[in-house]
Amino acid sequence: MRQNWWKILAVILLIYTIIGGFLMPAPEELGILQKTIRNLYFHVPMWFSMIVLLLVSYIFSIRYLAKQRMADDHKAESMASIAMLFGLLGLLTGSLWAKFTWTVWWTPDPKLNGAAIGMMIYLAYYILRRNMEDESKRAKFSAVYNLFAFPIFIVLIIVLPRMAESSLHPGSGDTVGFNQFDLDSNMRMVFYPAVIAWILLGVWISTLRHRILILKHRNENI
Amino acid sequence: MRIFDSILNLMPLLNLKAESEASLFYSSGKIYVVVAVLLIIFAGIIAYLVRLDRKITKLEKKDEA
Repeated sequence: MRQNWWKILAVILLIYTIIGGFLMPAPEELGILQKTIRNLYFHVPMWFSMIVLLLVSYIFSIRYLAKQRMADDHKAESMASIAMLFGLLGLLTGSLWAKFTWTVWWTPDPKLNGAAIGMMIYLAYYILRRNMEDESKRAKFSAVYNLFAFPIFIVLIIVLPRMAESSLHPGSGDTVGFNQFDLDSNMRMVFYPAVIAWILLGVWISTLRHRILILKHRNENI
Repeated sequence: MRIFDSILNLMPLLNLKAESEASLFYSSGKIYVVVAVLLIIFAGIIAYLVRLDRKITKLEKKDEA
């Protein structure tokens, strides 16, 4: 019996995010951000979701290596795929936000470069998969690739930016993160549910994808 | 592309105008229009996902039968 409660929760939380994101109070007079600070509820969860999805993908890759079950490979691939979608959306929304605050679409910044390289690492994962016809070989290589890709991705996107000397991006280098501004926790009331909502949505879309792959696999092997 | 960029470069000048317009948006209650638009788009996307989910469930059940 399929569990659907978390999907309904995702929808409810997303409705809350959209309504609360615009109507609940937020510090709208800060520096260059002004009212764009509400982007926090949309841009940042893209990245949090991407990291969670990639983490789960990583776990499924390890499971595949342990048990050689094709379903695990499908799940690993689906999660990485939706993570890429969220990552792309994160880059696009970030770039647009940057144009109106930092006045440029892009800047050589540890966080931005880390994110871009991280995306390219996972794009290579897909190119690798494409070039392997044999199913079990493809699954095995992908799983091993993921084993290295994920830790490197975390270093690029979280560790290195925090250690950098200077950065425009909030939370990296010498720029303060948002928790300094949200002293009255108004933003947290929307931000935390928003993160959960977007993660659940990402997982939902991933499960749809891997269910299709499993069905396809089953039909081919009849 | 260049035209696009030069239009975008004018936007900070429009910002001052936009700020007063934005507060008009808030005070006259038109921010609700923005929220409504987003909710409609979101509803459409969720409706699609639910339809897809049901279709897949049906296919999975058919295979088991």
